[in-house]
Amino acid sequence: MTTSQAAFNASAGTSPVLHLEGVTRVHGRGAAEVHALRDVDLKVYPGEFVAVMGPSGAGKSTLLTLAGGLDSPTAGRVLVEGTALGGLGRKKLAEVRRRSIGYVFQDYNLIPALTAAENITLPRELDGVSTRAARREALAALEELGIAQLADRFPEEMSGGQQQRVAIARALIGERRLVLADEPTGALDSATGESVLALLRARCDAGAAAMMVTHEARHAAWADRVVFLRDGRLVDESVSQDAGSLLV
Amino acid sequence: MSIRHGLLALLDQGPRYGYQLRTEFEARTGATWPLNVGQVYTTLGRLERDGLVAPHGEDEDGHLFYAVTEAGRAELRSWFETPVPRTNPPRDELAIKLAMAVTVPGVDVAAVVQGQRKHSMKALQDYTRLKGQALLADSGQRTDLAWLLVLEQLIFQTEAEIRWLDHCESRLTQRAAEPPVPQGATEAPAKPKRRSRL
Repeated sequence: MTTSQAAFNASAGTSPVLHLEGVTRVHGRGAAEVHALRDVDLKVYPGEFVAVMGPSGAGKSTLLTLAGGLDSPTAGRVLVEGTALGGLGRKKLAEVRRRSIGYVFQDYNLIPALTAAENITLPRELDGVSTRAARREALAALEELGIAQLADRFPEEMSGGQQQRVAIARALIGERRLVLADEPTGALDSATGESVLALLRARCDAGAAAMMVTHEARHAAWADRVVFLRDGRLVDESVSQDAGSLLV
Repeated sequence: MSIRHGLLALLDQGPRYGYQLRTEFEARTGATWPLNVGQVYTTLGRLERDGLVAPHGEDEDGHLFYAVTEAGRAELRSWFETPVPRTNPPRDELAIKLAMAVTVPGVDVAAVVQGQRKHSMKALQDYTRLKGQALLADSGQRTDLAWLLVLEQLIFQTEAEIRWLDHCESRLTQRAAEPPVPQGATEAPAKPKRRSRL
């Protein structure tokens, strides 16, 4: 989706998939108190790909952890598809995490004893979807990402780039519309990393929302918006225009 | 940027007329460095004066064709074989601006760095978007590859600038944490000894 389309979503009243509202996270107390995030407001809309950059210790990972409901803010709210994560019990929170949010990590985090298709179907089966229906969904997802032939391979039988594609398929299975990615290309060579980013970009163009933490400007540049964090504050953001106006 | 050698390279593939040269030059470089037809004819005039191209007749529409000469081919080969000189660093406005910003009192250097980073990041996003489009439109032809390489050069150059800006920022933070240099020393012109700390 182009930025103008994402902006259109915002103006047309489409709700954000992810909404951080005045989020502050303080670790420790007293003299050891560290403000990892200070009053951060951020919305990510369907079709939007947002990259988070900033120096080490700026709060990038904390932001991703809070967005994924793996940690709670000291102040402020985190909403995923309109549901405030703070008000949920443990069981319900686990359900939202499983149904709405997909994660992509630097080291892929596939379960070694399961095939690509089984890795993808696991969260769906935990959600009560039948094995057969889940497998059908997984095959469709692999097909869409152009890696249908990997369905029955184990992680150790795949290259890093192939494993990361499977991880993206897993992140977007079922009704999940939000992908949270932590340095997803960190372990890949430049060309493979780029194809993974192009894939993430394409999934966003097809309607998903993604937030990716990275320290590489060249990787962040695949996003519609790049936000900069410094000392726990969102200090700036850069928005891509529609291409074409740049070189003519 | 060598328009002269660019035109010789195109003419090496067969005789062409001015407008055609302009179109083909831009097809390979994606109009990154737009040429006007006037520049093309001026350059052709100089190439002809130097014996590197020669007129090659007209077609029924009155287009004046040029062809590369043997001397022109030799010049082109020598261009490909010789590295682009890097002896004189190109004047970089941003480097000059930051060098001035850290020495002029009252300038918010961090703001200069951040403002530039935002601007360069946006350019990098735009180039990357164009690259995404170029990859989708790639028909496997050599001109598509040429355009992709030019775009990637812009991407790597912009990325290098952003990395340098990140480095400037951590350098500034590091400096801010150090004890201040005594007042007299800050007034003195920078000596090689002090510069080595940078």
